Amino acid sequence: MSSVPLLEVEGLRTWFPIRAGLLQRPVGWIRAVDGVDLCVQAGATVALVGESGCGKTTVGRSILRLVEPQAGRVRFEGEDLLALPRPSLRSLRRRLQIVFQDPLAALDPRLRVRDAVAEGMETHGIGADRIEREARVAALLERVGLDSSLLGRFPHELSGGQRQRVCIARALAVEPRLLICDESVSALDVSIQAQILNLLHDLRAELGLSYLFISHDLGVVRQLADRVAVMYLGQIVEEGPTEQVLGDPQHPYTRALLEAVPSLDPRARRSAERIRLRGEVPSPAQPPAGCRFHPRCPLVFDRCRREAPALFAVAAGASRCFLAEQSTVRTTGDVPRA
Amino acid sequence: MSAAASSTGPDLLVVEGLVTSFPTSRGRRVAIVDHVDLRVACGEVLALVGESGCGKSLTALSIAQLVARPGRVDAGRVVLAGRSLAGLGPREWRRIRGGEIGMIFQEPMTSLNPVQRVGAQVIEAIRLHERVRPREAQRRALGLFERVGIPDPEARLGAYPHELSGGMKQRAMIAMALSARPKLLIADEPTTALDVTIQAQILDLLRELGQELGMAVLLITHDLGVVNELADRVAVMYAGRVVEQGSREDVLATARHPYTVGLLGSLPARTPRGARLVEIPGAVPPPEDWPSGCRFAGRCARAYAACAEAPDWTPVTEGHTVRCHAVAREIGA
Repeated sequence: MSSVPLLEVEGLRTWFPIRAGLLQRPVGWIRAVDGVDLCVQAGATVALVGESGCGKTTVGRSILRLVEPQAGRVRFEGEDLLALPRPSLRSLRRRLQIVFQDPLAALDPRLRVRDAVAEGMETHGIGADRIEREARVAALLERVGLDSSLLGRFPHELSGGQRQRVCIARALAVEPRLLICDESVSALDVSIQAQILNLLHDLRAELGLSYLFISHDLGVVRQLADRVAVMYLGQIVEEGPTEQVLGDPQHPYTRALLEAVPSLDPRARRSAERIRLRGEVPSPAQPPAGCRFHPRCPLVFDRCRREAPALFAVAAGASRCFLAEQSTVRTTGDVPRA
Repeated sequence: MSAAASSTGPDLLVVEGLVTSFPTSRGRRVAIVDHVDLRVACGEVLALVGESGCGKSLTALSIAQLVARPGRVDAGRVVLAGRSLAGLGPREWRRIRGGEIGMIFQEPMTSLNPVQRVGAQVIEAIRLHERVRPREAQRRALGLFERVGIPDPEARLGAYPHELSGGMKQRAMIAMALSARPKLLIADEPTTALDVTIQAQILDLLRELGQELGMAVLLITHDLGVVNELADRVAVMYAGRVVEQGSREDVLATARHPYTVGLLGSLPARTPRGARLVEIPGAVPPPEDWPSGCRFAGRCARAYAACAEAPDWTPVTEGHTVRCHAVAREIGA
C-alpha cells in the first residue's frame, strides 16, 4: 500500500443557499458540509456514518462534483478534482463511480439491462467494438450474480436486489478504483442485503477496489469498513479504525448513536441503562454556537457553549470533543466561523 | 390446526385461519395471507416479523377490516376481547377502529390531514369516540401530547403536520391512537422512517405506554432489533404464512425454522467482523408462483421430499412452534 492516499479530502465545504424574495437572493445558508477531512487509502473501505441531514450524502456528491463545493480540496490519485475544468470530469468519473440507494431512480427505465451496463463503456471508449462490449457485459453480469437471461429485461421487470446488482455491474463496467456507495443496501431486505454485502466484500478483494461507504446503518458499517468517520451537522465528530470507533467510542454523539441501535442479543435488551439523546438535530442553517452537539450532549460543560472544539487525536483516531483534548490537535480542517 | 403458543394472560386478540386474497394478472386469486393464526394476550407485545411482501401488513389490515379492493378477506375468525368481529357492519367497525383498536403506521404524513392543525385532529378523534365537551377534549388532547413527550405541547397543538419533524409527527399519531384508550394498538413499522436516536425515543415511549395502560400491541416490523427491544412474543412470516412462533428468546436465541435461522444469520450485527454473512439463496418468488407445499422449500438447504406438502405446526418447546418438516423429523414428532 503506497503512502499517498487514493482519496484525500481537506476542509470540504458545501453550503446551499436559502433563497427568498423576488430576486431570489440568498438570505441564509444550509451548511450541509462544513469543513470535512477524509482519507481513503488504496484498497481500503472507509465508512461515513450519521443520521438524516448530517451531510454524509452531500460529501459523496461533492467529491464527484455532482454538487459544487465552495471550498476545500479533493485529491484523487494526487490530482485536485475541485480544480479540474468541467470537461475533464468525464475521465474522473471513469475512475470514481457511485452506487445510490434507489436503483430504480438511478437506472434509465427505457434501457435494457444490457444497454444500461454497456452505456458507460461506450462513453469511455472501453472495448474495441460492440461484440467485445457484449462479452464484457455478460461477464460482468455473471460476476455480480445475475443470470444472463436478464440481459434483455427492463429495470421495472427486476427485483430490488437484482436492480442493485445491475447498478454495481454498471459502475464496475468502467473499471473504477473507488466506488462511493451511498446507502446502497439500505432499501433492501436483510436477506438480500446480505447477498449484496458479500458481493461488495468479494469484489474488493478481487479487483482491489476501495469503497467510501456512506450509511446510517452501524451494523453494516461494522461488517465492511476498515475506518469509520461519524458526521453530525456537517462536520466529522469522530474518526478512527472501526474497532476503535464502534468498540470504544470517544465522542458523546458516537456513544449515543451506538446506544440507540436496538440490541440483537435476546439476553440483553438495552432498554433500561441506555443513555438517551434528548431532542432532535438542530437545523444546519443555524448550527449551535460552540460545539454543534452541545444542546443534546449529556456531558456538556461551559466551554462547549462558547468554543468550537477541533478534532483531537485519540489513539489511532480523533474526536471533536474537549473531553478528548490533549496536547496535539490533529487537524485544522475547520472553516473559520463568521 | 392451531398455533399452540401459550401466552402470558387471557387472550385479547385471537386470529384463526385468516385468509386474504388478491387476483393475479391471470385472473386467479392468490392467498397473500394464508391461514394465519395469532394470539395476543392482554398487555402483551406480539411482533409479526418478515421481509417485504410476506403479508405482515396485510395481516394487520385484514384484522382491522381495512383491506381495499380488489383484495378480499376470504376466511378466518377474529375475536377481540371475547367478541367475534365477523359480520359487523361499517358503523360498528368505525367505532372499533380508533376505539378498541388504535393504529399507527410507518409514514405519519399519510394518516394526518395536511391542511388541519394537529390539535384539531386529535380533538376530533377524541370526540368521535366519546361524548365530551370541546373544552374537555382540548384538555385531554393537551394531556396526551404531554404524555407522548411532545415539548411545548400547547403550541404544538396549533401546528400543522408539516411544521413537525418526523419524530414529532409519529408522537402526534401515537397520541391520536391513544385518544380512545384502545385495548389493542396495531403498530405497522412505527419507527422504520426514523433515525436511530429518534427511533430509540419512540420505542421507549411505546414500551412505557404499553405497561402503563395495559395495552396489547401487535407490532408489525421487518427489524429484528426492534423486535428484541419491544416484543414479548414473535411470529415470523414468510410468503403469506406464519412459519415460527415463540417467545422473544425462543425465536431470537434458539430459532428452529430454516428461514428464521437464515434471516438471523444474514444480520451484519450478529456476524463476526469481516466474516461472510449467511446468504439465503435466491429471492421470495412472486405470489402467483408460491408452491402449494412448504413455501420456503425452493430456497431451503434442508428441504426434502416431504416439503412438497405444506407442513403443520410442530411444537419445539412450550410455546415455541415451527412449521417445518425437517424440524419435525429431527425432533421425531
